Amino acid sequence: MMWMNVARAQSLMPTRGTEVASQVSNLYSFLLIVSFIASAILIGGMIFFAWKYKRKTDNDKTPYISHSTALEFLWSFIPLVIFLGVFVWGWYVYHQMRDMPKDALEIHVVGKQWAWETQYKSGVKASNLVVAPIDTDVKLIMSSNDVIHSFYVPSFRIKQDVVPGRYTALWFKANKLGEFHIFCTEYCGTQHSGMIGTMKIVSREDYDRWLEEESKVGLLPLAERGAKVFQVKACASCHSVSDAVVKVGPSLWQRFGHEEETSSGEKVMFDENYIRESVLNPNAKIVKGFPSNVMPSFQGQLSEVEMAALIEYLKGLK
Amino acid sequence: MAATTHHHNPDVNYINEFKGIGSWLTSLDHKRIGLMYMISVLTFFLFGGIAALGIRLELFSPGQTVMTADQYNQFMTYHGAIMVFMVIVPGIPAILGNFFLPIHVGAKDVAFPRLNLLSWYVFMVGALMGIATLFMHKVDTGWTFYTPYSIKTSGAATMMVVAAFIMGMSSILTGLNFIATVHKLRCPGMTMYRMPLFVWAIYSTAILQLLATPVLGITLLLLAAERILGVGIFDPALGGDPVLFQHFFWFYSHPAVYIMILPAMGVVSELIAAFSRKTIFGYTAIAYSSLGIAAVSFFVWGHHMYVSGQSETAGIVFSFLTMLVGVPTAIKMFNWLATLYRGSISFQSPMLFALGFLFLFMIGGVTGIMLATLAVDVHFHDTYFVVAHFHYVMVGGTLMALMGGFYYWFPKMFGKMYNEGLARVTFVFIFIGFNVTFFPQFILGAMGMPRRYFDYIPAYESLNKISTVGSWLIGIGFLISLYVIIDGLLRGKKAPANPWGAKTLEWQVPSPPPHTNFHHDPVVTAGPYEYR
Repeated sequence: MMWMNVARAQSLMPTRGTEVASQVSNLYSFLLIVSFIASAILIGGMIFFAWKYKRKTDNDKTPYISHSTALEFLWSFIPLVIFLGVFVWGWYVYHQMRDMPKDALEIHVVGKQWAWETQYKSGVKASNLVVAPIDTDVKLIMSSNDVIHSFYVPSFRIKQDVVPGRYTALWFKANKLGEFHIFCTEYCGTQHSGMIGTMKIVSREDYDRWLEEESKVGLLPLAERGAKVFQVKACASCHSVSDAVVKVGPSLWQRFGHEEETSSGEKVMFDENYIRESVLNPNAKIVKGFPSNVMPSFQGQLSEVEMAALIEYLKGLK
Repeated sequence: MAATTHHHNPDVNYINEFKGIGSWLTSLDHKRIGLMYMISVLTFFLFGGIAALGIRLELFSPGQTVMTADQYNQFMTYHGAIMVFMVIVPGIPAILGNFFLPIHVGAKDVAFPRLNLLSWYVFMVGALMGIATLFMHKVDTGWTFYTPYSIKTSGAATMMVVAAFIMGMSSILTGLNFIATVHKLRCPGMTMYRMPLFVWAIYSTAILQLLATPVLGITLLLLAAERILGVGIFDPALGGDPVLFQHFFWFYSHPAVYIMILPAMGVVSELIAAFSRKTIFGYTAIAYSSLGIAAVSFFVWGHHMYVSGQSETAGIVFSFLTMLVGVPTAIKMFNWLATLYRGSISFQSPMLFALGFLFLFMIGGVTGIMLATLAVDVHFHDTYFVVAHFHYVMVGGTLMALMGGFYYWFPKMFGKMYNEGLARVTFVFIFIGFNVTFFPQFILGAMGMPRRYFDYIPAYESLNKISTVGSWLIGIGFLISLYVIIDGLLRGKKAPANPWGAKTLEWQVPSPPPHTNFHHDPVVTAGPYEYR
């Protein structure tokens, strides 16, 4: 048992948020123990022989041992049995990961450069945030807007590539409340490492309350609604709003009503029309010092009301 | 020819028999071509190494420190592409294989000397095209060129992909040459079972180079066609399938992992026998396990794709087959250990690298089994655990063997001895530095840190700091190695024909060997490891 605890401490895996995560950790602990034993035999043997049979004189005689069928059979057969055992165990746990539960709560996830967008059946949208109830089968139906991404929650030990042009799925049943990291694990360009989201596991009641609140966004004041659009469309992945720091694109803090110099040298007023044009056709007037073809177009993704709300929000960034 | 055979001048060798740069660039001598490969590969290694140090420096602290995210992505792309296509794939076969395979089988040269020279030129054209992209819009796809990112990126991916295609052609030509040499040019008495295990390993590698590389070529051409002509093979926007690219890519690139490691296993077999002064244990098992690994390696590509969206059944089949590759690998490890038993072991620098190889390859191997295990791989896939694993195999394995082999054969290649004390110091720096760099990455991967990350959450900071410090130790180790090489070349004592007391054929000819390798046509009457 002490061995098991040592291995657990060694493994340093993140908190286990699901039953499957515990099973993966157990299998990993077993693999660590077997690996330690195998390494002790081979590396220990190597060090022992190196010490015991160190060259004494330049004329040492060594025995001529060409092979030993029995030994060679043993050290082929024993690893084979261990490997096959590990294979079956890995298969067993993997099957649970891939066997999608029926009647699960379905949440749609879209990966894009460089944010995760989630959409609930009720129409509620969120960005870089998945809120899900505890002790419930949840199925994520995922697709990508542009290149391949990979949806990874270390604490749940689940990962699935998110591929443009097809749907992939993941499921989990969280048994721990709290917030867990979502990482993108398929290289997707500049902000790959910034594509971090939060998996928020809440009680059933909190989940219902959250959905309820989110669906009331339409009743908020215009600027607050704009803040919501800004968040949902993940504008903040590339544009800072509370200081002048440059993330990928220019900061939007205190820009409204000021002149910008574009890459072609002309001056342009940062006003309602410039915001609108830059959202719908980002390459039209690029601020000097920034590359073109980085920001995607949001043509067709915002209603007129949302656009007005967004502009109102940017006006208020002081 | 008869005159030189009977009245040879002991001071004339392959280096000084012909003079001038032109005599090198047009040389058909496999030994000179081996050295030309060595100079090119070491130069590219310097580039790739600088990129590695840059990556580690940026990761010393979270957030942007010494470069932007885009620059980081370029550094990691060039590090991977240079190290794989220009250093590790050609490394042992094209340098040591070129130089020693013909001598090992008692031949005067490879089967097709002109083709051999051509393959160096083709390699250089590809490599220089790859380097030239540094002066264009730098590539940021990672060395795997995954679609559709590689189709959409503004970097000079087309040029890089064509460069890799051309280097692949060179690899095919080299493989073809070695296969023909082994089958047709063995000297009288040199049966297949009297060939050194290094030759068996290079031979198995050559089969892989010949059969797998064309698939990479076709894949890369399709990718180039898609970028230039807009043919919709991989881009879903045009009706293609991006996962198809991954299947094609790994169908080559998994066997390529064995193109990279099998030669290293061959070198280690030579080193362990020579420095234990003992016949190798289980010669046949080691020889056939090389072929076995080569064969099975064609059917395991899908283990790179457990989470790509391929079917569960495919994952299961690939996991099972991958476990099978573990067996011949384990056989080799045990055979090397058994060779040490009752040997007369000396710890000269080549042997230190061979023992270092066993240590690191053991860790690389067991973590490979972990990654082959379906459920565990889902967690580890594309995290630093994978980065650590393949560096333990590619660097801890192949590069340690290359260094060991290089020190072992240095006296033969240049006729000079190097500074043994300093060579051991390089081992200490590289071995310790390597573990300090990459062992923490296993833990980072277990903690969930994804690979190809320019920035990371604060929880990963301390282990990243340790890893970066380790990279400096490796850098110092290689700088000292460079000094050892230059010092040995300039001031080294004259090397005897057989400084280590080894039994394979290259040690029975002068150091450095004459142009035709052997003054008298060799006749072999015994195996390669007759220490008795």
